[in-house]
Amino acid sequence: MPLVEGISFDLTIIWAFVIAFAVLVYVILDGFDLGLGMLFATERNRRDRDVMMNSVAPIWDGNETWLVLGGGGLLAAFPLAYALILPALYAPIIAMLLALVFRGVAFEFRWRSGRRRWLWDWAFILGSALAALAQGVTLGGLLQGINIDEAARQYAGGWWDWLTPFSLLVGVAVMVGYMLLGACWLVAKTTGDLQARMRRKALVLMVGTVIFIGIVSIWTPFLQEGYYLRWFGGWGTGLAVAVAVAVLALGAALGASLRGKGRDVIPFLLALGLFILGFGGLGVSMYPYIVPTEVTIWEAAAPRNSQVFMLIGASVLIPIILAYTAYAYWVFRGKVDPEAGYH
Amino acid sequence: MLGSFDAVLLARIQFAFTVSFHFLFPAFTIGLASYLAVLNGLWLWTKEEKYLALFRYWVKIFALAFAMGVVSGIVMSYQFGTNWSVFSDKAGPVIGAPMAYEVLSAFFLEAGFLGIMLFGRDRVGPGLHMAACLAVAVGTVMSAFWIISVNSWMHTPAGFEIDAETGQFLPTNFWEVIFNPSFPYRLAHTVTAAYLTTAFIVGGVAAAHLLGHRRKNRPATAATRTMFSMAMWMATIVAPVQIFLGDQHGLNTLEHQPAKVMAMEGHYESHPDGAPLYLFGIPNDETQTLDYAIGIPKLSSLILKHSLDAPLDGLDTVPDDEQPPVGIVFWSFRIMVAIGFAMLGLGLWSLIARFRGRLYDSPWLHRAATLMGPSGLIAVLAGWITTEVGRQPYTVYGMLRTAESAAPLDAPAVGTSLVAFVVIYFAVFGAGTVYILRLMHHTPDLGESRLKDAVEGPYRAAGITPAPGEAERIKKGAPNAAR
Repeated sequence: MPLVEGISFDLTIIWAFVIAFAVLVYVILDGFDLGLGMLFATERNRRDRDVMMNSVAPIWDGNETWLVLGGGGLLAAFPLAYALILPALYAPIIAMLLALVFRGVAFEFRWRSGRRRWLWDWAFILGSALAALAQGVTLGGLLQGINIDEAARQYAGGWWDWLTPFSLLVGVAVMVGYMLLGACWLVAKTTGDLQARMRRKALVLMVGTVIFIGIVSIWTPFLQEGYYLRWFGGWGTGLAVAVAVAVLALGAALGASLRGKGRDVIPFLLALGLFILGFGGLGVSMYPYIVPTEVTIWEAAAPRNSQVFMLIGASVLIPIILAYTAYAYWVFRGKVDPEAGYH
Repeated sequence: MLGSFDAVLLARIQFAFTVSFHFLFPAFTIGLASYLAVLNGLWLWTKEEKYLALFRYWVKIFALAFAMGVVSGIVMSYQFGTNWSVFSDKAGPVIGAPMAYEVLSAFFLEAGFLGIMLFGRDRVGPGLHMAACLAVAVGTVMSAFWIISVNSWMHTPAGFEIDAETGQFLPTNFWEVIFNPSFPYRLAHTVTAAYLTTAFIVGGVAAAHLLGHRRKNRPATAATRTMFSMAMWMATIVAPVQIFLGDQHGLNTLEHQPAKVMAMEGHYESHPDGAPLYLFGIPNDETQTLDYAIGIPKLSSLILKHSLDAPLDGLDTVPDDEQPPVGIVFWSFRIMVAIGFAMLGLGLWSLIARFRGRLYDSPWLHRAATLMGPSGLIAVLAGWITTEVGRQPYTVYGMLRTAESAAPLDAPAVGTSLVAFVVIYFAVFGAGTVYILRLMHHTPDLGESRLKDAVEGPYRAAGITPAPGEAERIKKGAPNAAR
């Protein structure tokens, strides 16, 4: 690789960060629109539902593209991990894909279906809920470890291995967290009664999210010895305390912002903060493994020339993508105005 | 393998099913995105209302088809891992990079600007809106570029070495990987097919409305006429180009995958002095014969080797376990070619009608065009079946067998998910097709642009909800209201 000779930083670590970044952006962005889909169930008024849908209609497709980047990027940068994780978590991943089919088409279909609109409203609600649950179960299933045959480079477990109390717990936790994001998004994008209801719901969901973060965080170190040592050995304990304090502080600030009169976008940003903290915690637990605790990022990494070739494109294109994604959000900024249609 | 439904066969059926369903949408939206960009450009340039009317008409259909393409495409990006994990592990270092480039350079571009294209005309102004339309159109073609590159590499692998320890394909030269020997031919043939598919759908819808106007003794709207004329120009010009490209692609296949061409031609036997072009026959893999064959002597040699007496090898030179299933390849190839020539015929017919000044007044032409509306979709599927089944028994041709590529899954797991895919795809995409047909049932007239998007659902600046009472208007069937 004459192109990068002499450069000492580790491309595998860079790629691990790129994939983690794609997954984090996905979780944040599709998180709020999946959460909004679940909150659809609690809002029966048609106009409120239209406002909710319209607040994400121009951007949901871009949000979901980060999932494709997560999957495609994993195949490209860590092919072995892709080949081990997907068969191991077959059922939740297929369920997630099919759920995303339902809720994705609902954006278009509900405007075209006349009297059957309720059908696609429910496709939107249930699709969003199942996708969120399946994503959480997938995360839980990965965290608790996967049974692999190292020599054959293949998954060696059965097709129900993923199903444990822990993975289900993480599934529910992700559902609650996504609903929190969705409610905070709607606080930012709506006005009046709908916004007031979302403030109240977000408050409850914030408490739920913090509790679930607590339970998952306490449970995780006992899943694998590596996690335990990471969090309770050496500098880990200090970090654990710091993270716990940060989560509680963010939760308190979020609660205050939901009850206060500050700018309507603040709760959403604070909820993002909670997710970023949680995601960072996951990273601390898993590093340096990509399939805990069997395969490290280096063992799963694509060869160096693949990494280089992709990094050239990624380093140019990802900033451009972020720029025009930000532009699209900016174009559709501000409140969804339910009155504008009359004039 | 056919003795029982093993996991590999189920996984193959599942992939064939999901990818076939998926590809119907891009085959339509690649062309439609470009058509919309052209329509919007013509509207901005000429300020003729009919172009805006056509843009608004087709953009609604585009949004539906695109959404279905997106959700069925997300499934594809994970199917490689869920069902073909060994392939993913081994080929990932090579094909992963172009697939990542597809996401980065195409999917984000489409998704990022689709919202502005659909909702943003009033928010960003005509110039930026036009740019968004172009970005979406360019994105769809970029997407085709990368994914066809990956697919072509699986047919004509190049630019790699095999890692002795892991069995992985390691890239040695990404230029050779991307521009592998069959890629330029396949890309040209596929993208042209997408444009033709769209042209025939647009032409079919226009022709059906021309017939409807005639039945009701009403003059056709300017928008309908323009739509028909544009579509028929495409058929006239692009169908012959496509036949030429297909021929070139076939010659390339003969060079790199001769067994596939043997199956396409039904050549079980070698023909040392000129091979016949079989028009019909029943391929029989058991006896390795083409039963009831009807052929034109020496024509196949003329087409493939440009000489009547050129020798052509048959499948008797290929070991049994390296042969593709002949029956499927033989028939799907014939369906594709027959549709291709029918498209050429319709294009010429429309050209004659045009020169006689009867393009909008030829009911039989319009009937034929209506009938051929979906023909591109069928041809595209038949073509993909020809090339993909013709690649068997390999995933990476000559290097990695299909049976050795599958994920270590139990048959019940694959079978269950297959059933789920079949049921849900038919229900969801069936409903979507009904909605598209309903939209196509409306006449594209100037009302499309004047009607202030009253009941068009989300196709307005985001954040504007339908006025109260609109539901009632829809129920009452307000004129021109989108149902």
